[in-house]
Amino acid sequence: MDRDLGVALGFWGLGALAVVAAFGIILTQNLLHAVLLLILSFVAMAGLYLTLSADFVAVAQVLIYAGAVGVLIIFAIMLTPTSSRINADTVFFGPGLILGGLVAVVMGYVAFKTPWDTVEGGGFDSTVAAIGDGLTNRWALPFEIASVLLIAAMIGAIVLVRADVPGQVLHPEGGVADEPAMEIAEPRVEGDRALVTSGRTDA
Amino acid sequence: MEVGLEHYLGLSAMLFGIGLWIALAKRNAIIILMGIEIMLSAVNLMFLAFSRFGRSETPIAGHIFVIFILTVAAAEASVALALAVTVYRNRGTVDIDRIDLLKS
Repeated sequence: MDRDLGVALGFWGLGALAVVAAFGIILTQNLLHAVLLLILSFVAMAGLYLTLSADFVAVAQVLIYAGAVGVLIIFAIMLTPTSSRINADTVFFGPGLILGGLVAVVMGYVAFKTPWDTVEGGGFDSTVAAIGDGLTNRWALPFEIASVLLIAAMIGAIVLVRADVPGQVLHPEGGVADEPAMEIAEPRVEGDRALVTSGRTDA
Repeated sequence: MEVGLEHYLGLSAMLFGIGLWIALAKRNAIIILMGIEIMLSAVNLMFLAFSRFGRSETPIAGHIFVIFILTVAAAEASVALALAVTVYRNRGTVDIDRIDLLKS
């Protein structure tokens, strides 16, 4: 009884917080405020996972979404300064509201009208051992594929945002002053060497 | 008041709709990505709700699926943000209405 009351309070409080924070992303005009609201929404959703007795996933949500993805988005906003700090709307503001509202209403209607085959008193004591067992036995192959996917995405992201392409000769002065750091040393050294050798041949 | 499966599904549907609205209504590519992340989180909530309340022989499968969704979402976010930064370097903007190289 007491536990049910706590779950109900957590559900309504955290659910309202998650929905209000998500709405705030639409309404706010400042991109950084939008990111902070997104992180708040993610933390509220981690609390909702806890009310579903999903402890490991809740911690992973805080670590990966609220932590890593939030910091990543803040970095992306910092790397795209000026001209893009305003949270403006497209022409799909009205149609998007109608479409999103319709999706929510239809899915909510189905959720409340369907006679789900539920079990009473479900839930887990601790999910960590069961998840570890599942990931190393039954779902070991998808787990390995996910690791390959992660490293492919990581390498792809590094290649995409790298300032210099290897082999490309930069300015003779090695001046990439416009670029925000992260320049690679080697091409510049080659450029300098090329400049020096050409100077010697000229002399 | 008893909180059951349908309440979680309704909340998940509401969050999914808001995420869809954000992804459609906003002009900045990074905010669109944030809308997609909210949609993914709503789906995660639905998976966990079914894992908690649904009848299944291996209820932990919902948790495993959510962990894979988290993995793919992290990979997708890193690549998408790298793309946004690259587009900004080449075009000077991440406004999707002004990224129209293929249009004319």
